[in-house]
Amino acid sequence: MRDNSEALEEAVSVESADKVFNSGSDNEVQALLGIDLNVKEGDFISLIGPSGCGKSTLLRLIADLLSPTAGEVKVFGKTANQARLDQDYGMVFQHSGLFDWRDVSANIELPLELKGWSKADRHVRSREMLKLVRLEEFKDYYPRQLSGGMQQRVSIARALSFEPRLLLMDEPFGALDEMTREHMQVELLRIWRETGTTVVFVTHSIPEAAFLSSKVVVLSPRPGRIHSEITVNLGNRTDETREDPEFFQATTEVREALRAVEAN
Amino acid sequence: MTKRKAFRTAFTVLVTLVLLVLLWEGYKWMGQQTDDHWPGTQFGLPVSTNDLTMPHSGDIFNELTEEIRAGRETLPLTVYLAKKAAFTFLEAAIGFSLGVIVGLMLAIFMLRWRFAERGFLPWINVSQTVPLIALAPIVVTWARLQGYPDMVGISLIATYLTFFPVAVSGLRGLQSPDSSDIELMHSYAASWSSTLIKLRLPAARPFLFPAFKLAATLSVVGAIVGEISIGTKTGLGRAILDFSMRYAVWPERLYSSVIAASLLGLFVFGLVNAAEWLVIKRGREVLK
Repeated sequence: MRDNSEALEEAVSVESADKVFNSGSDNEVQALLGIDLNVKEGDFISLIGPSGCGKSTLLRLIADLLSPTAGEVKVFGKTANQARLDQDYGMVFQHSGLFDWRDVSANIELPLELKGWSKADRHVRSREMLKLVRLEEFKDYYPRQLSGGMQQRVSIARALSFEPRLLLMDEPFGALDEMTREHMQVELLRIWRETGTTVVFVTHSIPEAAFLSSKVVVLSPRPGRIHSEITVNLGNRTDETREDPEFFQATTEVREALRAVEAN
Repeated sequence: MTKRKAFRTAFTVLVTLVLLVLLWEGYKWMGQQTDDHWPGTQFGLPVSTNDLTMPHSGDIFNELTEEIRAGRETLPLTVYLAKKAAFTFLEAAIGFSLGVIVGLMLAIFMLRWRFAERGFLPWINVSQTVPLIALAPIVVTWARLQGYPDMVGISLIATYLTFFPVAVSGLRGLQSPDSSDIELMHSYAASWSSTLIKLRLPAARPFLFPAFKLAATLSVVGAIVGEISIGTKTGLGRAILDFSMRYAVWPERLYSSVIAASLLGLFVFGLVNAAEWLVIKRGREVLK
């Protein structure tokens, strides 16, 4: 969809960011400490770590849903706040967060509606998005009529409907069964390739991180710090890739990093 | 499917009615046999079964077709009560609409400013502990002094009862969306008012409609109590007042007017149900 001339630009840059919750009170929590993270445009980055490591908090700093206590977060060279106001990113949560009272098309069109798009334009775009996530025949269905995997696909279509350059995903497949999950991973990679969107993906599944990402960022808990970054190069991934020795090696590498984190 | 459901509901209502009549008549018959004592004991029945206290259900229904003199004309009691009920319905409808508007505005106000929730909610609760009988003359006298027709004061009393459930349930409904839904709207840089319109209000509907149903029946109660305390010339409250003065002569008439009042309550309840069906039926269909 987008040409690659602007590739290799910095999509996200986090510099020595700290996040403290309930600062000054008895239950003060140091959620993140000295985070440095760079995401190049077109990258697919996974954030992985044991629960409480602050991976979702880090995602929310990038999304400007939370502000860092110290340090700086930039998205496409702007402050995270400006990037949110400019809607440079789309977001997908663990629970699809589709609105029950809107059918599939209307859910996908929600961000466009908020931007003031005309009805005709919204229709054209939601049709395109439904095609992208392969749910054309379900446009008039309501969320509760869809399976969990289909709901998550609608949620992805909604996040991409206004063509953001960055997609932030917070354990989007965490609530899906294993088979659906693997299928959704392949679908997500196809969408990623077709749209050229940069993805920051939070997960606690080792094979998921290894399969999807070009770079896996391993976080350690209390306080949340970046433990290591593992570069993965599996090339064009299909379901067969899961049986490749390279995939096995990548998961092993991520697993060992996580073990090192747990041992600390 | 819905047709069968409607049929089943109608059937249940009918069976319940028949059971109630049987219970009424059975109790009355028993009391008549034992001179108002529990069979085989010295213990008196809680409610006397004579024709004054408990007229035969048949007599009550018969009374509905009897002619009654109203001013210069005579008309069947049913028509008489229907006319009175129409007037009361109008007052209740105005009171209900105002109550919904006031209640929703309060809910939105409390949602927007947390201090308003802390400051207002206790007073909203206290407002409902003020006895209506004491409040009604104050409101009505005020309205009369302003030169408004009685209907205004009566409608305001109905409003006073109806705003409460709407405000309380409305606030809960507006606060019902998940934090991730709020984050989603935030990620779209949606304004507070768009979040209200696109997310909070639609999400509040399952909380609002039960409140509307309660408010609808309360609006009828408020209108009738208002009419009685004001001594207005028309309305169901007037009919109840008149018939209760002549209870010793025509107990059936008071019972008839009570039936009319509950039918009116059922009617407004049904109206809200129909509105709910229109507004949230979508998405209810389950994929087969």
